[in-house]
Amino acid sequence: MSTKPLPVPTPETRTYWEMAARHELWLPKCTDTLRFFFPPRERSPFTGGAVSWERASGRGRLASYVINIRPAPGYEEEAPYIIAIVALEEGPRLISNLIDVAPDPAVLKIGMALEVAFEVRGPITVPQFRLAGDAS
Amino acid sequence: MSDVVIVGAAESEQLGVIKDQSALSLATSSVLAALGQAGLSARDVDGVASVIPPVDVAFALGARVRWLDGTNVGGCSYMLHIRHAVAAIQAGQASMVVIAHGESNRSQVGASPLVFDRSSAAGQFELPYGHSGTFTRLTLPAMAYLDAYGLGEADLAEVPVAQSRWANLNPRATRPDLLTVEAVLASKMIAWPFRVLECCPLNDGGGALVLTSAERAADLDLAFRPVVVAGSGEASEGGSAMFMEDLTSFRAFRDSSAEAMRSAGIRRDDVDHLMIYDSYAHLPLYGLEDLGFVGRGEAVDFIRGGATSPGGALPTNTNGGGLLYAHTGMYGMFALNEAVRQLQGRAAAQVAGIETSLVQGIGGMWGAAGAVVLRRG
Repeated sequence: MSTKPLPVPTPETRTYWEMAARHELWLPKCTDTLRFFFPPRERSPFTGGAVSWERASGRGRLASYVINIRPAPGYEEEAPYIIAIVALEEGPRLISNLIDVAPDPAVLKIGMALEVAFEVRGPITVPQFRLAGDAS
Repeated sequence: MSDVVIVGAAESEQLGVIKDQSALSLATSSVLAALGQAGLSARDVDGVASVIPPVDVAFALGARVRWLDGTNVGGCSYMLHIRHAVAAIQAGQASMVVIAHGESNRSQVGASPLVFDRSSAAGQFELPYGHSGTFTRLTLPAMAYLDAYGLGEADLAEVPVAQSRWANLNPRATRPDLLTVEAVLASKMIAWPFRVLECCPLNDGGGALVLTSAERAADLDLAFRPVVVAGSGEASEGGSAMFMEDLTSFRAFRDSSAEAMRSAGIRRDDVDHLMIYDSYAHLPLYGLEDLGFVGRGEAVDFIRGGATSPGGALPTNTNGGGLLYAHTGMYGMFALNEAVRQLQGRAAAQVAGIETSLVQGIGGMWGAAGAVVLRRG
């Protein structure tokens, strides 16, 4: 089993992790403004109103990244590895590793198209991102 | 309302690897040194602010206090402590406040280990990606910034290069060497695009400030002229790089600095000395732009042109900064001490004629910011 760190879901985030276990990326959405937001919260950060959940497209763009040489605990075998900010098509940003791509600044371009993938990590499935198949 | 002034400002005798002092001792010894500058002892203290539990600091000092502030929003907590202490002194809740800092993150003497809450936002959405070090969590938006303005690794390196001209004049600097862009780029990679000379060192150390009213200060036998706390501001944003409204600008920098200048009744043109919390090399770029000293994307050229260096129009990070002077984990106390020294005319790399200093801190991982305007008393 992986020794990578596992999240501990809370009532606010349980849907996110339950859907990730089905290999689906879901996001919370403000029912008044229809805007998505992240991280999941009990109430809309825009209006204080109700929240619904919707499946996201799983598509996004590379907004920023570092290539980490000094691994965090559990990531010793991964270094050097990419830590990225992914700007999702729906608006919110997530942090993810970029998988299946060389940790090389020459190939990583801000704005490049990404798509979600899922890494099964023991009892938890973690959303990850890779270069989109039809990279645009 | 009566002015509140800083009548004592001191740092621990040593900065570096200190194996014979606990974090608490680094704080309290700094407090005693700062009190000594005003002819005071711990018995005169009736208010304590610290990231270390203030009860522990008061007890260690033997002070019977009536005001406690344990605000901990990370490295800029001390800017917030000043802001809160000014309000308390003006409200009559305290008359002599010490703000104490001590950390032993290098040697771990009497230090609490950092434990991640895996159910927090960071624990759920950052830690699982091998993203727990400050050297990735604070640096993560920098590539977005560099890309937005067509900048690259050599541009980022200008920050430690400029600050090395200050550090080189400072015998206490951890990294005193004059640097070139080539030397920075040749230093060890930590997290692309950041090399080790673009990341702060880790020191053990402490520092303290003593605040009281201008009236009380007038009756004290001061070693150095008092420094007036002219204004302050505090603000927060999301607490993670991914939650920033704009990856190329820190809202809490903008809000806290605007409030500090507004409450001080000054304009940017009045600032003739600047400290911007620089645990990593991109933070002065964000700071210079978010505080409005230059336009967006113009900070690198401003620094490269010498404006922030010795002899420049806006002397910045004049102790060498967190990158080159010292960094204990929560650097804010050292930025404040340097500003006070400059205003008192006793800095290692003293700039002539400084009247107004702006000290801008960041706390947590793009979480909080605190700004203080200090004026020569």
